[in-house]
Amino acid sequence: MSYVKALRCKECEALYPIEPRTVCDHDFGPVEVAFDYEKARGRVTRASIEGGPRSLWRYKDLLPIEGQPRAGLRSGFTPLIRADKLAAELGVKELYIKDDSTNYPTFSYKDRVVAVALTKAIEFGFDTVGCASTGNLAHSVAAHAAAAGLRAFVMIPHDLEEGKMVGMSVFGPRVVKIRGNYDDVNRLCSQIADKYNWAIVNVNLRPFYTEGAKTHGFEIAEQMGWKLPRHTVVPVAGGTILPKVWKAYQEFITLGLVEDNKPAMYAAQAAGCNPVVQAIEQGLDLFKPQKPQTIAKSIAIGNPADGYYVIKVVRESGGHGASSSDAEIIDAIKLLARTEGIFTEPAGGTTLACAIKLIQSGRIPRDESICVCITGNGLKTVEVMAGQFTATPVINAKMTEFEQLVNEINETAKTSTQSVNS
Amino acid sequence: MPTTANTVTIRIPTALRPQAGGNDVVSFSGASIREVLGGLTTQYPELGKRLFKTQDELNRFINVYVNDEDIRFLDNLDTAVKPGDEVSIVPAIAGG
Repeated sequence: MSYVKALRCKECEALYPIEPRTVCDHDFGPVEVAFDYEKARGRVTRASIEGGPRSLWRYKDLLPIEGQPRAGLRSGFTPLIRADKLAAELGVKELYIKDDSTNYPTFSYKDRVVAVALTKAIEFGFDTVGCASTGNLAHSVAAHAAAAGLRAFVMIPHDLEEGKMVGMSVFGPRVVKIRGNYDDVNRLCSQIADKYNWAIVNVNLRPFYTEGAKTHGFEIAEQMGWKLPRHTVVPVAGGTILPKVWKAYQEFITLGLVEDNKPAMYAAQAAGCNPVVQAIEQGLDLFKPQKPQTIAKSIAIGNPADGYYVIKVVRESGGHGASSSDAEIIDAIKLLARTEGIFTEPAGGTTLACAIKLIQSGRIPRDESICVCITGNGLKTVEVMAGQFTATPVINAKMTEFEQLVNEINETAKTSTQSVNS
Repeated sequence: MPTTANTVTIRIPTALRPQAGGNDVVSFSGASIREVLGGLTTQYPELGKRLFKTQDELNRFINVYVNDEDIRFLDNLDTAVKPGDEVSIVPAIAGG
């Protein structure tokens, strides 16, 4: 059953029918899907959700589609990890990792938003879909379009990592490299959406696309046992996911599915691209755009159109922001891998590095529940880890050589333990 | 309005074309973005109301570019323009 009411301008609250649309005609404010929570209350329940499929579509009643899901049928419902080893390392009591690096089928949180956007594209009757992307979105659009039998055009900055290029090209979309950064790509895509009758998922299907991001938050709440983490740290690029995780929490509170524990939201950005965090730290409502300079390319958006809403939600929820250097990002990637066995991309390293800073500065108390949102997979960006590891030994296939190697490794471990203890 | 050598062209996004006489490209003369957009809003006052929050402040969901550079990296409304420059008005959108 659909509880969708209309599209509503986030600024002036003007209402529009459900149609492909990005912004309000009156003030250019973004439009958002409005739901009838009165009608949903008592009908969307813990039991109704738990009875759904093990995918993001278990939250279908709170997503803006009319019929059955048509794309991404297995996307979402990624693990929520209770990260006790990492928690011990950081000196905190209750730490969770929401791990979208395992999302299906393209290993990032984007599989959520694309599942919803492509279902909507099919409902609207589009035959061509596209996106402006820093990589992960292109992967997801290309894969879901291939599976759904839609034509795909993906527009990307010219300097993406090689692994990211392979990860999208394999699905057979038209890939267009654009000289410039993501913000240049995005601007061109808004003009493309103006001219061609295509579903550019993050432009003219944006209101539907963004609702898909709520499922990251719904899952956190359900997987914590129908509770909200007191503190949630989320990466900020275009500014989609943080306000939508917040919206998910608020919807569950409104529907009586979780208790309102006043969840606080925290924005994580790379120091080389931190317009939103700067505005939060300086107490400003509006951010100043930046030219990105960071290894965290998947979140290198210097002109995030929803940045304003990130600032607003962070402030209203009592959260804060932090940014981390490239070196801190790499260290955090290694820390997460070493303690929890999760290999994330630089965006995830950024989020964890920022969470650590917020804990160390006392912004996030050590004795309250914390969730760190990991949104992408490290195997897509192996280049950034080049030179991070000691040389791998090569031996002949002889037991004597292997035994010698093990002895050397044990000796080294003993020496380093001694030096730690001394 | 025809494009002439001593004017600046302005690209109008679809959403604003009804307020710009249906044009997708218009031309005005002026030495700065403020002057060029001033000409635009004098001719099309309804468009002006949507473009500007106050006389000195653009609507925050509107981005203005001069030859592909965001004016917030230049001198905002005081950014200098010369004949032949292309100004684009683009609604802000996000992605990732």
